[in-house]
Amino acid sequence: MYAVRRWVVRHSRAFEVLYRAFEPVLLRLHPVWNRIGYARAERPVRAVERRIKGFLFDCRMCGQCTLSATGMSCPMNCPKNLRNGPCGGVRQDGGCEVRPDMRCVWVDAWEGSRRMHGGGTIHAVQPPVDYRLMGSSSWLRVVREQRDGRQTA
Amino acid sequence: MKFDDEPVPGYSLPILPGHVSPGRLERVLRAGKFAVTTEIDPPDSADPAEVLKRAAIFDGYVDAINATDGSGANCHMSSVGVCSLLTRVGYATILQISCRDRNRIAIQGEILGAAAMGACNMLCLTGDGVQAGDHPQAKPVFDLDSMSLLEIARDMRDQCRFQSGRRIDLPPRVFLGAAENPFVPPHEWRPHRLAKKVAAGAQFIQLQYCFDVEQLRRFMAKVTDLGLLEGPGRVFILAGVGPLASARSARWIREHVPGVHIPDDVIRRLEGASRPKEEGKQLCIDLVHQIREISGISGIHVMAYRREETVAEIIDATGVLEGRTPWYPGRDNPAELNPESPDAPHQEPALALR
Repeated sequence: MYAVRRWVVRHSRAFEVLYRAFEPVLLRLHPVWNRIGYARAERPVRAVERRIKGFLFDCRMCGQCTLSATGMSCPMNCPKNLRNGPCGGVRQDGGCEVRPDMRCVWVDAWEGSRRMHGGGTIHAVQPPVDYRLMGSSSWLRVVREQRDGRQTA
Repeated sequence: MKFDDEPVPGYSLPILPGHVSPGRLERVLRAGKFAVTTEIDPPDSADPAEVLKRAAIFDGYVDAINATDGSGANCHMSSVGVCSLLTRVGYATILQISCRDRNRIAIQGEILGAAAMGACNMLCLTGDGVQAGDHPQAKPVFDLDSMSLLEIARDMRDQCRFQSGRRIDLPPRVFLGAAENPFVPPHEWRPHRLAKKVAAGAQFIQLQYCFDVEQLRRFMAKVTDLGLLEGPGRVFILAGVGPLASARSARWIREHVPGVHIPDDVIRRLEGASRPKEEGKQLCIDLVHQIREISGISGIHVMAYRREETVAEIIDATGVLEGRTPWYPGRDNPAELNPESPDAPHQEPALALR
């Protein structure tokens, strides 16, 4: 929902803290995911993730969440799906070039990032979207990747 | 400026140490000259002669010509087609690639194809939304954004790899550019976003139309502070300029062309003029004088859509070329060409035997 997502960006700092607390919990649940099997856990986790993130961020389930690097403003709401900042078409009032009634997702992202501790990550170049991950759970992917990283480290 | 190994149509220049491309634009910029680029209006036609005719208007005035890629989301001859026609007769081109119409498979193929056709410069763009053009019902692709496009193009050139990791035998030797618009929100972020583009591979930047010189000054000061204009990885910045035809057209552009910011005092100046077209040109000339004084500006990009003949007048009036004549077909006497070049007159072997 547009109003909710704008509100979240205004409170990006709080959501950053929340996310930081939430990630270790997900990680600690690794044995649970493992027992159920990541493939079987995917569907229910995805459903929960879609509901929560859909409500808060208008999440489009790209499966490769970058909210921490975009001031808690979901870049997939940009009509051009830009992942690395605003295009040159932003209107003087901060409105979107394609949808003038909507505020530019990246104008919001910049403001959101300024409120966050780790807001500097907005300056890092993000890779293009991997369309194979569309619709999958970003949470489970993060847990799996972090676990794999630890095991190989 | 003339190089002793001046190009021959269809043949590349040698790549100098520290350079990435065999092109003239990179040479002019790295030699510290004030560069001039412009934009060709691609025809709604399959007529090659029309492309050459439209390019010839700029002969002797510009260092490179941008071939737009469906600018404003309107359909025209493709940028690769225009570049291929122009490089065939020796023009330096800047291939514009927008992310709006093609996915990464098509774009990477296009980069190889264009480089093979002699395009030495590439401008990586996001692209205007389809709503702005003549086919609003089209599917917007945006598989990549300008930033990831830059990275992919750089890796194709420097790592000889596609995004997939698959190897490229002969990499595209291209000088990589990007666009930036210092005049739209979030203003504070724009210099940092430029830094991000440089980190992704941008070596030159063409700015959107600059009508707000104060804002440009602030932007350039920040860009300088960020250290983007120093060292071997420095970026060259070309400011966008162009003549406005009238107050009415300025207002139309402000409202309908995405990203063009025209301050009210500019419009008032045009409104007060008895000959608005002349005034628009004079305004452009005045802006070029002011912009040229801003430290860190390496050149101008003149966009004179449907008023291409004014480009030469603006360049002449501002004297930005400082007496040099950029290459164009027919500029040089073949007798003075590098003897290595295929167009140079052959030494008669019979003379030596006699």
